[in-house]
Amino acid sequence: MIRIEQLTKRYGDTTVLDIPALEIPEGQIFGLVGNNGAGKTTLFSLFLDLIQATEGTVTINGIEVHRSEEWKAKTAAFLDDSFLIGYLTPEEYFYFIGELRGVSKPQVDELMDSFSDFFNDEILNQKKYIRDLSKGNQKKVGVVATFIGDPELLILDEPFANLDPTTQIRLKELLVEKGKDIQKTILISSHDIQHVTEVCERIAVLEKGTIVQDHKTSAKTQKELEAFFSNQT
Amino acid sequence: MISLRELSTFMFLRFFSLQWKSFRRSAAFSSGVITGVFYVFGGLYFAAIFTILGFGSYFILDDDMGVEPLSFINKHLIYAASFWIVWRFFVQKMPVLNIQSFLILPVKINAVVHYALGRTVFSFFNIGNAFFFIPFSIVLVKNGYPLAQVLSWHLAILAIVYCTNYLNILINDRNDVFYTIATTLVLFALFQRYAIFDITLYTGPVFDMFYSDPIYALIPWLCLGLIYRFTFMHFKNRMYLDAGLQPIKKEAQELRLNWLNRFGRTSIFIKNDIKLILRNKRSKTTLLVSLFFLFYGFFFFIDSSSGMYEAPVWKIFAGIFISGGFLFTFGQYVPSWDSAYYPLMMSQNIVYREYLNAKWSMVTIATIVSAVLASFYIFFGWETYAAVVIGAIYNIGVNGHLVLLSGAYIKTPIDLTSTKKPFGDKQAFNAKSLLLTLPKLVLPMVLYFVGSFFGGPWGGYLTVGFVGIMGYFLKDKVFDKIEQVYKSEKYKTLNAYKQTK
Repeated sequence: MIRIEQLTKRYGDTTVLDIPALEIPEGQIFGLVGNNGAGKTTLFSLFLDLIQATEGTVTINGIEVHRSEEWKAKTAAFLDDSFLIGYLTPEEYFYFIGELRGVSKPQVDELMDSFSDFFNDEILNQKKYIRDLSKGNQKKVGVVATFIGDPELLILDEPFANLDPTTQIRLKELLVEKGKDIQKTILISSHDIQHVTEVCERIAVLEKGTIVQDHKTSAKTQKELEAFFSNQT
Repeated sequence: MISLRELSTFMFLRFFSLQWKSFRRSAAFSSGVITGVFYVFGGLYFAAIFTILGFGSYFILDDDMGVEPLSFINKHLIYAASFWIVWRFFVQKMPVLNIQSFLILPVKINAVVHYALGRTVFSFFNIGNAFFFIPFSIVLVKNGYPLAQVLSWHLAILAIVYCTNYLNILINDRNDVFYTIATTLVLFALFQRYAIFDITLYTGPVFDMFYSDPIYALIPWLCLGLIYRFTFMHFKNRMYLDAGLQPIKKEAQELRLNWLNRFGRTSIFIKNDIKLILRNKRSKTTLLVSLFFLFYGFFFFIDSSSGMYEAPVWKIFAGIFISGGFLFTFGQYVPSWDSAYYPLMMSQNIVYREYLNAKWSMVTIATIVSAVLASFYIFFGWETYAAVVIGAIYNIGVNGHLVLLSGAYIKTPIDLTSTKKPFGDKQAFNAKSLLLTLPKLVLPMVLYFVGSFFGGPWGGYLTVGFVGIMGYFLKDKVFDKIEQVYKSEKYKTLNAYKQTK
C-alpha cells in the first residue's frame, strides 16, 4: 500500500526526518508513536504531498505522490483543523466531501445515521457552523468525514486528542471495526501508548526523525513502549 | 524586586521587540524583499509629493487661483477630515495584539492597552500629514502670517488628525457607523456640487477660529483627550477573553443551492464559494465593494468639465473597472480565500483544473451580471455602454486568466472572520501580482489605441473585444500553464498559509 524509499526532509542543516525504508502493507492498522517533534506530522504530511521531500519518494499503490494526483481518490486524511471548512455546517461539510468522492446525499445521510451514537446529538441538526463547535466536536466531524466514500487509506493525526473519554472508547471500537476490512489501511499517530496498542496491529516508534522501533503488537508491547519512553531524557 | 511600574515600562519595550519579530518572521516578509523596497519607495514618494504640495499650494492658491490660501484650506478641511476616516477605515492596520498571553502576566492591563493604542501614533497615516502641513505652515509664516497663530492652527490640525486616528480605531468593527459617515460625506459633497447646501460655509469658520483665536485650538486637543480616553476604555473593557474576543455565535442559515447541480463538478466548488461569500465578514465586504465599482463610470462620464477623460480610450479603462469589480476584489485573492483549509483542498479528491475552473466560472458569471447591471450606462449613450460590454469581454477572456495567475503568487492567508482590509491588505501586496496588473489595465488601453489608429473609436473597441474573445478560446491552453504554476507554488503556498497573523 505505502512504500517509502530513502525519504529525508531537511530544513537547512537540520534533518527532521530520515527513513531509509518503510513498507505498510494493505489492510494494516499502523500506529506511529513518538514525543513532540519526533516527526509524526511531518511524515503524514509527506504521505499527503503537503510538504516536499528533500530526497526520496513516497508511493501509494504504486503511485508516487508528488508526480500524480491519482492517489487522492482513494485516500482520506484528517491531520488538523485546516482540514475543516469553518463556515459550513457539519452536514454541509459532509455533503461537500461526499460530492467530491461521488457519494450521493442520501448515502451520506445514511452513513451519518450510523454515527448518531458517536455524535452524541451534538453535531447534526444543531444549526451551528463548524467554526462554532468545540474542539472535540470539530475533531469528531473531521474524523467521521474521512469515512465518507470508503477510502482504502485513512490517515489520522492524533485522532484521540481533545475527545472526551466516552468518545475515545467509541472511536477505538470504530477503528478496530474498520480495520477488520482487509482492504483498509489505517495510519494513526498518537502520544497515547495505550490507545495505539489497543487499536494498532503494528506500532513504529519515531524518535528525532528516524524509526527506532517497529513492533508487531503483542501482549508485551505496551510494557516495552513504556519502558522505552521512560528511559528517554 | 522591581516595581510593577518599572516592569510595565520594561514590558513596553518588550512588546515592540515581539511585534518586530512577528513581522520579521512572517512568511510574507521573507518572501517579499522587493515588497519591502516598494514600501520604502512608496513612502518616500508620497512624502515627497506631500512636501511639494505643502510648499506649493500656498502659491497655487494665492497667485493662480486668487483665493486666500488659509481660509480656502480651512473651508475644505471638513472633507479632508472625513476622508481621513474613510481612507483609514479601509487601509490602516489595526493595533492588533494577541492579548491572551499577556493577561496572566504581571503587566498592568493599562500598559498593554496604552501600548497598543500608542503604537498607532507613528503610523504613516498620521506622520504623512506632517509632510504637507509643516511646509504649508512654514510658507504661511514666511508670508507674514503671525507665527503664534499659525502654530495654534497647526497644532489644532495635528489634534484633529489624531482624533480621526482614534475614531477610526473605535469604529473599526462598526460597519454601520462607518457607512453612515461615508454616506454623509458623499451627500454633502453632492449637495455642494449642485449648490443645494454648502456645509463648508459652516465648518470653514470653525477651522478659521483655530487661527484667529488660539484659545479655540484647545478644543480639538480636548476632543482628542476624550476620544483617546473613550477608545482606551473601550479596549480595556474588552481585555477579557469572553468579552470582545468571543464573537457572538449566530445560528447557521440554511442555503439550498441544488439548482446549481446541473453544472456538474464545477458546481461543488461554486456552491461552497457562495456560502463562503455570504457567511464571512471579510468576503461580504468584498462583495459590497465590488458593487461600488459599478458606479465607477460616473467619475468619467459625468464630470467632463476637466475634459481629461473625454477620450474614448478612458471609456475602455472605465469599462474594465465597471464590469470587473468582483473580478478585481474577489478574483485577486484566489486561492487565499481557501487558505484556512488549503491542506484539505490539496489532499482531497480534487484536481487542480476543476478547482481553478470553478473560480474562473465564479468570476465570469459575476462579470456578466455586472455588465447587465451596468446597463444604466446606456443613458450616457450607446458608445459608453459598448465600452462596458467590451470591458466585460476583455475581463472574461484575458483578465479572468490573469487574476488566477497572479493568485498563484499570493502567499497571504485571509482571515475570513475579520472585516478588515477588503483592499490594501499590506502583505497581499506582491511584486509579481503588481506586475500582472499592467496587462489587466494598460494593455486594453494600448490595444484600443492601436485599433483606433486604423479604424477610429469603433476600430479600437473591436480590437479590444477581439483580443478578449481570442483569450476565451485559448482558455484551455492558458489553463495548462496556470495549473503548472499553481503546482510548482503549492508547497510554498501551503507553508505560508500555515501562519496565521
